[in-house]
Amino acid sequence: MTPPAETPAPPDARIRRFSPAERWVHRLTAALMGVCVLTAAVLYIPQLAVLVGRRDLVVRVHELAGVALPVPVLLGLASRAFRADLRFLNRFGPHDRLWLRAALVRDKRRSSRPAGKFNAGQKVYAAWIAGASLVMLGTGLLMWFTHLTPLVWRTSATFVHDWLALTIGVVLAGHIGMALADPESRRGLRTGTVSRQWAKREHPLWRP
Amino acid sequence: MNAERPEDPGQSEDPERPKEPERPKEPERPKEPERSDDPERPKEPERSEDPGGRPIGRRVFLGTLGLGALGLVTAPVVQRGLEGFLGAVAGEDPTGLTGLLPNGGGFRYYSVAASVPHRTAADYRLTVDGLVDRPRGYGLADLRALRQTRLVRDVQCVTGWRVPGTPFEGVRLADLLDAAGVRSSAKAVRFTCFDGTYSESLTLEQARRPDVLVALRMQDKDIGHDHGGPVRLYVAPMYFYKSAKWLSGITVTDRVRPGYWENLGYDVDAWVGRSNGRSDDPTG
Repeated sequence: MTPPAETPAPPDARIRRFSPAERWVHRLTAALMGVCVLTAAVLYIPQLAVLVGRRDLVVRVHELAGVALPVPVLLGLASRAFRADLRFLNRFGPHDRLWLRAALVRDKRRSSRPAGKFNAGQKVYAAWIAGASLVMLGTGLLMWFTHLTPLVWRTSATFVHDWLALTIGVVLAGHIGMALADPESRRGLRTGTVSRQWAKREHPLWRP
Repeated sequence: MNAERPEDPGQSEDPERPKEPERPKEPERPKEPERSDDPERPKEPERSEDPGGRPIGRRVFLGTLGLGALGLVTAPVVQRGLEGFLGAVAGEDPTGLTGLLPNGGGFRYYSVAASVPHRTAADYRLTVDGLVDRPRGYGLADLRALRQTRLVRDVQCVTGWRVPGTPFEGVRLADLLDAAGVRSSAKAVRFTCFDGTYSESLTLEQARRPDVLVALRMQDKDIGHDHGGPVRLYVAPMYFYKSAKWLSGITVTDRVRPGYWENLGYDVDAWVGRSNGRSDDPTG
């Protein structure tokens, strides 16, 4: 059953995008982030606070989920595939500049959005959310262990924590919205494989 | 979801600077076209995408951390300006959405109990007991029949939010204590609440201040359940956690017994601007 020489792979072939390590890092981080966001909403939105009560319990769950948030990524560093992904996310080539410029002017043509394994938007998101999460962790710890620092710091930390939380909420909604709009990318994170066509279309420079 | 760490292995040579001169001739992917038909190295999974490129991800990551630190340092100044602005906007915002923004003004609902029973005029009861000569209970109508005092002060929460010029109205705690006849051995007053969990306390001297009320009305309305009604404590000069909601018991004691939040580290003498490490303008 040899296919004709010209035909590459069958168009519905699946190609490997993520190893189990990467998928579990994403899954656990998403779960912890979800707990942080939900408990934050309960602490912050009066209507939800009225429904739930138990303020000190909710605070405790929020604190623990927040402290645990970086753990999946740190564990993931043991995986070569995950480290390779971090490298891809870190390095920006000339095509990423094209992608970002096209995104700024809302140019949606595929040809103006060249991307490797991750597109420039995903790279910026990954770096920003990582930094923002650590700022949240730092300010959260200042609010939690108030006796460790001068107490004015708590007010400042609360201020940064609150506004950054709002920003993260908006950005995270964008992240989830884009995932909802692209079932194949979700399948990639769920099963580890994506269709060849999708890879070619969305990540033309990616060489799996 | 994290960005790369500087010490990440396999990154020993930093290709950022050395690569710079070659960039004009599009050096990033010269090998890619021959990849598929190169039998020498068909197996190099995950590695074939441009190994070079500039470490912008790391800069965005570190830049975000830097901005966070900068925000922390400049927060006192920025916050003051923002509070003024949002306070003004919130006053004219019919949607109430600004109330959800940080420091956007308005009351926040905090309850430490899972659920709080509702009490009405029919079943509400406030008891005054402990080191007193005449312990007694008050219904809502009894409290309303006593002399009422109205105070208009700012409300300041220890978590930062402040609601300006909020009217509270009710019976002076001092009046209730006098009616009960406080014994000479008494030193403090403990408050308990019908949520079954919360408690508060004041020294006797603090409790006798004229700006400490057993409040029946807030913002010129009967206090609703979510704000601690039908009866809550109102300690004007202190952070709002002292103003216990759903007040149901006043017990005169021989020493201060720390309340709910005070057992969790908050100050017992919670003067606004002079406790809990905060420097808010006084409300008293």
